[in-house]
Amino acid sequence: MTGAELRELYQDVILDHGKRPRNFGRLPAANRSAQGDNPLCGDRLTLTVEVADGRVADAAFEGAGCAISVASASLMTDAVKGLPVAEAEALFHRFHRLLAGERGGAAAAGGEAGEDLGKLAVFAGVREYPMRVKCATLPWHTLIAALHSAPAADGAPAASVSTE
Amino acid sequence: MTLAVEVGRGAAETAGAARRPFDPARVRDEFPALAPHLHAPRLAYLDSAASAQKPRAVIDAVAGFYAGDYSNVHRGLHPVAAAADAAYEGARRRLAGFLGAAAPEEVVFVRGATEAINLVARSFLRPRLAAGDEVLVTELEHHANIVPWQMVAEEAGARVVAAPVDDRGDLDLAALARRLGPRTRMVAVTRVSNALGTVVPVAEVAALARSRGVPVLVDGAQAVAHEPVDVTALGCDFYVLSGHKMFAPTGIGVLWGRGELLAAMPPYQGGGGMIRSVSFDGTRFAPPPARFEAGTPHVAGAIGLAAAVDWLEGLDRPAAAAHEAALLADASRRLRELPGVALVGDPRRRVGVLSFTVAGVHPHDVGTVLAAEGVAVRAGHHCAQPLVERFGLTATTRASFAVYNLAEDVDQLVAGVRRAIEVLG
Repeated sequence: MTGAELRELYQDVILDHGKRPRNFGRLPAANRSAQGDNPLCGDRLTLTVEVADGRVADAAFEGAGCAISVASASLMTDAVKGLPVAEAEALFHRFHRLLAGERGGAAAAGGEAGEDLGKLAVFAGVREYPMRVKCATLPWHTLIAALHSAPAADGAPAASVSTE
Repeated sequence: MTLAVEVGRGAAETAGAARRPFDPARVRDEFPALAPHLHAPRLAYLDSAASAQKPRAVIDAVAGFYAGDYSNVHRGLHPVAAAADAAYEGARRRLAGFLGAAAPEEVVFVRGATEAINLVARSFLRPRLAAGDEVLVTELEHHANIVPWQMVAEEAGARVVAAPVDDRGDLDLAALARRLGPRTRMVAVTRVSNALGTVVPVAEVAALARSRGVPVLVDGAQAVAHEPVDVTALGCDFYVLSGHKMFAPTGIGVLWGRGELLAAMPPYQGGGGMIRSVSFDGTRFAPPPARFEAGTPHVAGAIGLAAAVDWLEGLDRPAAAAHEAALLADASRRLRELPGVALVGDPRRRVGVLSFTVAGVHPHDVGTVLAAEGVAVRAGHHCAQPLVERFGLTATTRASFAVYNLAEDVDQLVAGVRRAIEVLG
């Protein structure tokens, strides 16, 4: 593995969002929430979401994790804000295809699945690191669990997911 | 009994006679997996606490069994079966000698330390456990020395309590003595922490426990690759180990138990090989160790484990230990000098393991950058979540050493951590 390949994984956008995550915290007006755990490394995040009129009105997360997982949660919460719930789920599936595709096909993915992913396409390099794919997808699995959770306003995570 | 001791001594003396001068570079050359290969021009394997690599002697012993006198054990009348029997029971005697056991019958072959602890929890402790009883462990334990006790404790309405460590990561012996109460039914303690490398004075723990009549299990999984063992001198009741952490195959390990305790324990699993006679009215069980080895055992694993013992005892062990200690000291000193790097714990005696953190960089990211530099480490909680949380962390980066590591491995580690700080810090 070369230094260039390492930079392919740790792109500036990922490093920036990993160090200065956007939407960090807990939404006071949240009506959906979930907790995500990666038992392999002990990472944990709590996602709070406000759903109104079938749209993701707002989303925030808190917790600790590696650069990949924190950047993924940060960019994800940015990306889904304002989207209809169904489109947020569709975005998850496109993101998942980007990461779960054949190794060695990152460039191709940037051209196909990457097109409509916007900033999320920076995670294409993660597919070359099978051990790290779960770091990038944990926030998304947590989002899906939150969206499918029973509406609640008490702020306690109503659902939980695990990478195992 | 006498025979077993003689066999053990005899083997050690034979190995001693053939003992070669200690040369770490030549030791490394005995490990095929450490040769340059596809993933790294030079692999700095610093993940031996997770699993150690295998020397050619062990690989050859296993392959030789399958290619030569392969058969099941304890059943056949043909000469090949007799050879397999001899090799399997020979491995048992070899392990008895290695551990300083009073007799080969005290050595039970299991899948590993995890299965050994489950066996003791289930067959030895569970029948003795009542509501309100306690099992005393320490904060240093691997999950394998916590969860099996919790499982039987929950059934009985008993509980597992932990003796604390201090800020250096050393076991607080005085606190352990205080936790040792009238309801303590078992003490289970590791010899070496897999997350911090702390060496626990288990002989003192055993003496304390036994003075109160409490049986003691010592988890040697992390210790056996680094130091000789003498269970009799330790004064414990059970000692467990995993072969794969001492250069032997995966899937084989040992439960050593004092003969009279094993003899009084019910079987762990039922099946073939562990019976004296079976009828539909009832079954009479075989004496130990067969009573605890239901089904076809891992014969090749036992042979590989005996080969690993031969290999280990063929080393000049004091010189090997000094070499490992020097690498650990050098790595500690040089990592501490890097900006933002902190070692986790500072135990008075440490072997094999260094856990550290890099300010502002998650251990998983450190591990990924190190991998890019050809350095294999582990990042996470190392199956010792209570201990890692005790230090206010959720994960650490762990570099672990074995006898085949060289000064170049430390150079690669330090350069890799420096790189991680550059890229991510």
